Amino acid sequence: MTEAVFYLFATIAVLSALLCVTQRNPIASAFWLISTMLCLAGIYVLLNAQFIGIIQVLVYAGAVMVLFLFVIMLLNLGRGESDLKRWPVWTLAAGVVVLLLAELAALPHYSAERLALEYTGSSRLADPSMVFDAGKTAAAAVQTQGVTGAIAAPLFQTYLIPFELTSVLLLTAIVGAVVLAKRRV
Amino acid sequence: MLLGQALGLSAILFTIGVAGVLLRRNAIVLFMCIELMLNAVNLSFIALAQAHGLGGQVIVFFVMTVAAAEAAVGLAIIIAMFRHHRSVDLGNVNLLRG
Repeated sequence: MTEAVFYLFATIAVLSALLCVTQRNPIASAFWLISTMLCLAGIYVLLNAQFIGIIQVLVYAGAVMVLFLFVIMLLNLGRGESDLKRWPVWTLAAGVVVLLLAELAALPHYSAERLALEYTGSSRLADPSMVFDAGKTAAAAVQTQGVTGAIAAPLFQTYLIPFELTSVLLLTAIVGAVVLAKRRV
Repeated sequence: MLLGQALGLSAILFTIGVAGVLLRRNAIVLFMCIELMLNAVNLSFIALAQAHGLGGQVIVFFVMTVAAAEAAVGLAIIIAMFRHHRSVDLGNVNLLRG
């Protein structure tokens, strides 16, 4: 059942991503990207990251994409001629994409056993439940600490300083955006 | 656990994003392709966080923050570019000075 839902979301996500890249109208592009992000939010929930799934809908599909749509409509970019690049770039892009896909083709065969083998560096068959602390897996953490508690513990303990630094980053971004978009500095 | 499938989907989405960045000239669509690549990477973080502990989910949280900041600054740059060139076509942007 979980796998069926995953494949449904994955198919919609890939199709929407393809349409996002190929649509001529930037607004249509933005809406297809929102569709991809909503599907990814569903997949996050399937992968025991419920909190990130909600944040994905609120922040990414909500705030960030609204900002994109706002700028597209502000600049009135709705109708435009095709903006695809000329053929030399196409051959380059096709080469890069084929190379990248060939490199990444190994990923779908990745399993928890192989992850455990690479993690321990041993040559024997490793049991993932032995290698990884069972209490630390996402599913177990959500069961014992709850959805927000599971992510709050590492966020405010191990990653406290990076977390505070992101607030400085956001402040910098706000100031930078205002200075850049102002007419006269 | 859906580890391999999620990593495969992440790879496909990332490649689509790269193709978009290479093929489009509209600055805003290019930005959206970058967001697509960030999302693909987030998916692989989440998939690996299932077994490795929740550090991966925290990193996704940070990636989202950085993406929001990047979108704000990037769109401000695009607006400044539009004021100057009256278009967002990256083919026009070939000088460093204004």
